[in-house]
Amino acid sequence: MSIRTMHNGLLKKEFSTVEFARAYLRRAEETRSLNAYIHMTPETALDAATRIDRAIAAGSPLSPLAGIPMQLKDNLSTRNILTTCASRMLGDYVPVYDASVWKTLQSCGAVLLGKGNMDEFAMGSSSETSAYGPVRNPWNERHTPGGSSGGGAAAVAAGAAAYALGSDTGGSVRLPASFCGVVGLKPTYGAVSRYGLLAYASSLDQVGPIAQSVEDAAIVFDEIACADPQDSTCHGKREGCAAGLRHPLKGRRIGIAPEFFHGAEEEIRGAIERTLAEMESHGAELVEIKIPHLQEMLSAYYIIACAEAASNLARYDGIRYGQCSTRGVTREERIRFSRSEGFGAEVKRRILLGNYALSSGYYEQYYGNACALRQRAKEIFSQAFASCDVIACPTCPRTAPALGQGALHPADGYAWDICTVPANLAGLPALSQPCGLSHAGLPLGIQWLGRPFDESTLLNVAWHCEQQANFQMLKQEVSDGV
Amino acid sequence: MEYELVIGLETHVELSTATKMFCGCEVTFAAAPNTRCCPVCLGLPGALPTLNQQAVASAVTAGLALHCQINPVSVMERKNYIYPDLAKAYQISQHRHPLCRGGYVTLRSGKRIHLQQLHMEEDAGKLVYEPGRVYIDYNRGGIPLIEIVSLPELSSAEEACEYLETLQRLMRYLGISDCKMQEGSLRCDVNLSVRPVGCAQLGMRTEIKNMNSFSYMRKAIAYEAQRQIALLRSGFAVEQETRRYDVPSGTTRVMRSKENAQDYRYFPEPDLLPVSLPGQWVNALRADLPELPDARAARYEALGVSPAIAQELVRFRAVADYFDAAIRCGASPVFAAKMLIGPYFEAKTGEQEREAFSPCVYPEQLAQVCKKLDTHALSPAQAKAMLGQALRGECTLSQALAGLPEHPPEQGVLEELCRKALRDHGDAVQSYLSGKEKAFQVLVGAVLRAAQGKADPQAVRTLLKQMVDERSFDKNKP
Ligand SMILES: [Zn+2]
Repeated sequence: MSIRTMHNGLLKKEFSTVEFARAYLRRAEETRSLNAYIHMTPETALDAATRIDRAIAAGSPLSPLAGIPMQLKDNLSTRNILTTCASRMLGDYVPVYDASVWKTLQSCGAVLLGKGNMDEFAMGSSSETSAYGPVRNPWNERHTPGGSSGGGAAAVAAGAAAYALGSDTGGSVRLPASFCGVVGLKPTYGAVSRYGLLAYASSLDQVGPIAQSVEDAAIVFDEIACADPQDSTCHGKREGCAAGLRHPLKGRRIGIAPEFFHGAEEEIRGAIERTLAEMESHGAELVEIKIPHLQEMLSAYYIIACAEAASNLARYDGIRYGQCSTRGVTREERIRFSRSEGFGAEVKRRILLGNYALSSGYYEQYYGNACALRQRAKEIFSQAFASCDVIACPTCPRTAPALGQGALHPADGYAWDICTVPANLAGLPALSQPCGLSHAGLPLGIQWLGRPFDESTLLNVAWHCEQQANFQMLKQEVSDGV
Repeated sequence: MEYELVIGLETHVELSTATKMFCGCEVTFAAAPNTRCCPVCLGLPGALPTLNQQAVASAVTAGLALHCQINPVSVMERKNYIYPDLAKAYQISQHRHPLCRGGYVTLRSGKRIHLQQLHMEEDAGKLVYEPGRVYIDYNRGGIPLIEIVSLPELSSAEEACEYLETLQRLMRYLGISDCKMQEGSLRCDVNLSVRPVGCAQLGMRTEIKNMNSFSYMRKAIAYEAQRQIALLRSGFAVEQETRRYDVPSGTTRVMRSKENAQDYRYFPEPDLLPVSLPGQWVNALRADLPELPDARAARYEALGVSPAIAQELVRFRAVADYFDAAIRCGASPVFAAKMLIGPYFEAKTGEQEREAFSPCVYPEQLAQVCKKLDTHALSPAQAKAMLGQALRGECTLSQALAGLPEHPPEQGVLEELCRKALRDHGDAVQSYLSGKEKAFQVLVGAVLRAAQGKADPQAVRTLLKQMVDERSFDKNKP
């Protein structure tokens, strides 16, 4: 059911918000094996739902998101609600303040079902590094849902949340959206407030929606996109993307860079080619462009992300909040034990990498060069956008792997990100949506990159793509077949 | 072999802004622990800093007054180190692209001490030690600081103290910091090395951290210089290290050796945009700069005031402002300076007392006395004695002048002055009527000023009380 249908149903009193919330809570309970939630918040959900029912009864004007049940990734600060970042380090951390996006959604009347499972501190591409166990892919529970916002994508795909807010540092919204057959939008860096997002890599992190459809993603984005005086890097404006989705496709130029397709699985390449051909027949213009240095962008991304992460995570010492070890006598020993017990292997690996990249004598070689490459990436994309309006490419070179594969070879996991990190590095908006199914019955994702602060065009093209790909029908056939 | 000292200072000045550097928390001294904190200055997960524009304006003002080059774009960076009083495990500071470069401080001898840079940063919290326990107070965490780094051009403890005093006076003049060493709003690290006289090469330096008084700084420099010279004379080398001054023993002790030096892993703070200063805005701050102490002292000397007295006058801005007001009222500069520095400062000997300058005589009154001196209606000794009493608040000036042929204003004139004061200060009347006794003093002061000190304060008080009670002044309202 789309957000619009739900909204109209609530307004017409076809069902009450409380009934609706209960249904979603039940569905979340039924799909518990997915491990999509770290913890549920039924009281919060029912409280909010009760308030919305009263507002409906009183005939008050409602936001399109009022009464819609949703999930927040567990790295968004929620006052009085446990926020763990899927880490033992913050196992008992209850924030005293709300993230700006959560404040906004509360004022819209959002119904919070619970906090989404994820890779620990958003570091990972498979949602397997969570201290609360891996998330499973609703299409096939032996497979990963992708990460790091795996809980959000799995919940939305399984109908255990109408939409979810995730965070995307190097593909963490788009990759799980692709693996789970849903829509994931990473807004332009600075379009949505980061205040209250527990930072992984501050210059790359961006909060974005995971939704059932392009329209749902647009509705959520329109609500959360707004400048925030508490986030100096956020200077977005109120958006009206949902209203422009049906703008004609004719004349839109779609850029295709062969570099993005190197190493992509045949099925993915084929599905994207078919989709693009369909769009061309509906009036889009296909343009070949060049995006060099993808491999270098991936390296630069990991250097910058790890460097910022090392600094952002240095504050977790277990003294004022979070996990405090019982071992160790001196303050230094206590902090060391708290951190070594509190953080998982992947987090430790990235902290070490990051501190190394920033250390004196290596700064220029690593961090300095990475920043230069980031500047270069911005120029490369800016040039590309001179001859096209959006760029089409795979979200990930492969479909969802079986659980356990990423953990064996961390560097392989890093390579899954090669198509998603450029958008973070260059600060561009990007969207992943399903465009077909593999023979194994797993979703195939197509990714769109847009100009900075031009989510409107991005969502418009994605909406047309959704009409062509007809993924909902495929999905129906699969579930009928089962 | 004779040795000479080479000293450079890193001075931290706490800016007296209304709120902290990166959040809206109030800046106050000595509030109850951890009552001036929020998610931002406590470094809670997910909280983000936003730059306080008032702090930037203060820092630029300091840079302008120190003749620095103001960089149109500067960058906040993270200085990463772990200490319990540092909530985020990094301090937001500036490193590669500071707010200001260059600039200088001129000593009395005319010697210029050049500055390397001036940058903005945030203060850390404070550890409070109790037997067996350590507490953390984050009230100070996030208070804006500027750090002024001098080149190693100071060559004695005296010069170092004079340099620091000059900075202190300047910051107070600019009204951007109270610069109280005892409260920590002015702190200083000393970089010191010694070298044979005439040698061009710098010796190995040590850094003495956190000097919080002029006298300790003087002693620490003397001790450290003698320690280094003794080492060199006996054939040892000076080690590069960080030391601290130990007050009871009067010596410096090692805090950190070079091998344990911190690697701060600076990198640009991704949560803040680069600090861009529009040229017009900087020019407006430049135009707003007050007349600075050196320029002021020079002006006073040109008016005939002796250099020593001119220096005294400009030490505190309030004194100099008062002096200027008296001159504007027609006081002769030479007499006014003598009257002010003599009688007043003789009574107020403490530094803090002098700084909290609050004479009981209006500049107009001082001007009147000076005029009497000019016309020989008073002898300098008489004037000095009377002013002394009045400035110190022992009696009013008119009482002090009572012995002189001075006619108080006619009753009718005085009544008119009282009525005018009541009309002009309606708010004071209201506060007084609502029980604020102090507000009444505003009215008395206004009348005394208008009567140019000739009215008897007691008579004024009685008259005003009577008028307020009867609200008789209302009848004359148009
Ligand atoms: Zn604060």
